[in-house]
Amino acid sequence: MNNVSAVKENVQISVKKKSQIADIWKRLCRNKTAVLGLVIVILLVLVGILSPIIFDYETQVIKTDYSNTLQPPSAAHPFGTDELGRDILIRTLYATSTSLSIGVVTVIVALAIGLVLGSAAGYFGGKVDMIIMRIMDIFLAIPGTLLAICIVASLGNSIINLVIAQAVAATPKFARVVRGAVMTVRDSEYVEAARAIGAKDATIIFHDVLPNSLAPIIVQTTLEVASVILSIAGLSFIGLGIPAPMPEWGAMLSASRAYIRDYSYMCMFPGLAIMITILSLNLLGDGLRDALDPRLR
Amino acid sequence: MSEDIKKDLTAEIRDLVVEFRTDYGVVQALNGLELEIERGKTLGLVGETGAGKTTTGLSLLRLIPNPPGVIVSGSIKLDGKDILSMSDKEMQAIRGKTVAMIFQDPMTSLDPVMTVEQQIAEVIKLHEEGGQAEALKRAREMLELVGIPGSRGGEYPHQFSGGMKQRVVIAMALACNPELLIADEPTTALDVTIQAQVLEMMKGLREKYNTSMLMITHDLGIVAEICDKVSVIYAGRVIEHGTLEDIFKNTRHPYTEGLFNSLPNLEDRQAELKPIKGLMPDPSNLPKGCAFCPRCDYAMDICETQKPGRTYRNDTHYVECHLYNKDNIHEGKVKSR
Amino acid sequence: MSTQPLLDVRNLKKYFSTPKGMLHAVDDVTFTIEKGKTLGVVGESGCGKSTTGRAILRLLEPTSGQVLFEGQDVVKLSKEEMRRKRTEMQIIFQDPFSSLNPRKTISQIIADPLKINKIITDPAKQMERVRELMEIVGLADRLINTYPHELDGGRRQRIGIARALALNPKFIVCDEPVSALDVSIQAQILNLMKELQKKMGLTYMFITHDLSVVNHFSDDIAVMYLGKLIEKAPSEELFANPTHPYTQALLSAIPIPSLDNRRERILLKGEITSPIEPPAACRFANRCPHATDRCRGEEPQLKEIKPGHFVSCFLSE
Repeated sequence: MNNVSAVKENVQISVKKKSQIADIWKRLCRNKTAVLGLVIVILLVLVGILSPIIFDYETQVIKTDYSNTLQPPSAAHPFGTDELGRDILIRTLYATSTSLSIGVVTVIVALAIGLVLGSAAGYFGGKVDMIIMRIMDIFLAIPGTLLAICIVASLGNSIINLVIAQAVAATPKFARVVRGAVMTVRDSEYVEAARAIGAKDATIIFHDVLPNSLAPIIVQTTLEVASVILSIAGLSFIGLGIPAPMPEWGAMLSASRAYIRDYSYMCMFPGLAIMITILSLNLLGDGLRDALDPRLR
Repeated sequence: MSEDIKKDLTAEIRDLVVEFRTDYGVVQALNGLELEIERGKTLGLVGETGAGKTTTGLSLLRLIPNPPGVIVSGSIKLDGKDILSMSDKEMQAIRGKTVAMIFQDPMTSLDPVMTVEQQIAEVIKLHEEGGQAEALKRAREMLELVGIPGSRGGEYPHQFSGGMKQRVVIAMALACNPELLIADEPTTALDVTIQAQVLEMMKGLREKYNTSMLMITHDLGIVAEICDKVSVIYAGRVIEHGTLEDIFKNTRHPYTEGLFNSLPNLEDRQAELKPIKGLMPDPSNLPKGCAFCPRCDYAMDICETQKPGRTYRNDTHYVECHLYNKDNIHEGKVKSR
Repeated sequence: MSTQPLLDVRNLKKYFSTPKGMLHAVDDVTFTIEKGKTLGVVGESGCGKSTTGRAILRLLEPTSGQVLFEGQDVVKLSKEEMRRKRTEMQIIFQDPFSSLNPRKTISQIIADPLKINKIITDPAKQMERVRELMEIVGLADRLINTYPHELDGGRRQRIGIARALALNPKFIVCDEPVSALDVSIQAQILNLMKELQKKMGLTYMFITHDLSVVNHFSDDIAVMYLGKLIEKAPSEELFANPTHPYTQALLSAIPIPSLDNRRERILLKGEITSPIEPPAACRFANRCPHATDRCRGEEPQLKEIKPGHFVSCFLSE
């Protein structure tokens, strides 16, 4: 390594080190946009958890009120009302819970499968790698939206099918990231050391390889949640997502298309909600990538 | 010392204090470093990791990364001129021309996407008159000088072996005939037979151009091979300095003695190695008195509380240690190897 | 001697397949190590010494040859049998920074071999053994829950040694164990290793490029060049009478930290040839100051020129 960075590294090694987690937290906090992202994400999660508790689904979220349709923002309805007289603010907030929960569930499923496939491919290499990755490539080659449309169109428009569709599209991405991370770590000397003391492959993968490959996987998880939410909004926009009358930002956007000229507030708020959610998740993901990278190489 | 008016010094560092201000604390990298490099001579800077050798080298080029590094106080003079007061532009003119540096790892010192002659020519064009053609011609001459056929100039770094890459780096450093060459562990990454070739070559070039050299190393064998004078650095200060004869045959400081004792003796293979106990002190938390005191076999009470001053044995040899004063320094309490 | 050597390596070969052809990393290497002794293996980068060490432990699968450990050929063992054999043959790595799992504490790293091989399953007994090992290698007890990155190179290397010792092995391959450490720490670790050898009757294969260290530490020394074993002799004999021209150049190239005994250095010309598909000739011929036509056309064999002193060179025949 060149000497300037050697000096810096020696300086770092020579100073007392706290735990790695504390280090990472500090780095993350130094990144203002990442902190902003984190704060917003936490707020969103809170909204997502509290909305179903605070707002009564039957009376406040889906009840139509024809006497109150298309009202502009006012004290009673801060975001106005939609074409069926429902309060846009309440629906927008409620939709947070829908989007976030589907996003998280999908990612957990895709991560679990991706971890297994990716570690196997990355660790064993050779034929195993080839077979797994070629199958993943097939799925990656199909545009995510198209794949989701096909699955939903054939299996029906329900939340479970939506999750399946999204998970199928997301799994190859995780498998790829995990594979890459595993391959980086696989040739480390401590993995060789584990083999030298008699560890079996499975043990090595779980105890030595994966714990050290976490960084890119964590980043991918954050970004993938954002991606799934956006994708669902898109599907809902074309009518293949969350079935009505459940509030969903994309569906709300779609419904507002007809009224966009005179009642622009109808699309503004769901649109803003999507934007803020995706942006904050991406900011957080990027921030995590920077904070994690040099430490957990 | 009244002698310095008579010395022709290429580089002079007086009382240099350099700190690295990090989140975890302030690292005292250099604590009042003093260094003198005479024209045409080679000074060896010997110490272990963390002693401040590389920081010293970088200071001479004013390349300390800032942040987190800060030159707190002291003076650095190159060819009599104070470089700490120079502007960035003036420093750029000096780097590569008056003073050049060779780093340890030739792989990262060379740009992988430029041919070797282009890299040498780049240095020449930056500091000297003449166009591309002339610079390339001169670059090829430099390659020949370091033992690489000029016809290989059009090749890329990855096509050369480690030893040859280091020669290219040396050619680049010497291209503008600098007054001072700083070599930071230039042969540590090389095989021992290649190291011998490179050192031999450096000696030859030094003779030819009368270049002054600062050889930063931890290897006392290399010091014996190529240096005229030696400064032993520990925790950011030079704790012993002298000619080869002074340091090798009249070792005074316990740390220097410890370094020699840690080396396996080629003559007597059964002799047990006598390592220095303990570790280098934490530079963000240096001991109050003498920095070496916690590890020193000869430590006295005063060593814990007071930093030792300089004691001279003769015109060239001094040591910073409470064991000595001007009366007993000639005897040398420290045992010879 | 009538007792069989602990390790008997015969015609060991390790070739790697590259796009340009077969890379002869280890080419027909034969040597033995007696129980309780240390064989130093020296050579410069690319000579195959590290590969030899790993091939013996089957961390890299040998292309051909035999590795007789206490008379049993370990090359022929199945993957599972070899895994069990590993308890007797261990390795200490060069880089104390990369050979330790950064996410495990010291006690976890040292306890691993015990857990994995089910030698000690009771957690309390495991901790006891870990503490015992830490004491043996000179690691303070309070460090038991620290992570590798919190410690310096010397201490990390001690962890590596403790881990290697955990299974009470008979044989340890030491792959440049002190090269990454400062000189004063090197001495500490070398003293420790020597002491452990005496106490525990260990047999070492000490791989290094540092000739002064190998002289101090080994009973016998083997010199490798481009995958071939070109000279082997007891340490004192090798330093007193280096016979192979490469050994002579190597020894003369060591910088001597002394003003006395300055010797004339033999400077080798030329560059090391490629280990890919080497021709049937002496591999050192292109750089050898004494090369003859025979050297360039024929490959020399390892011959015993004096009792215990083997050389592979036509000039010594």
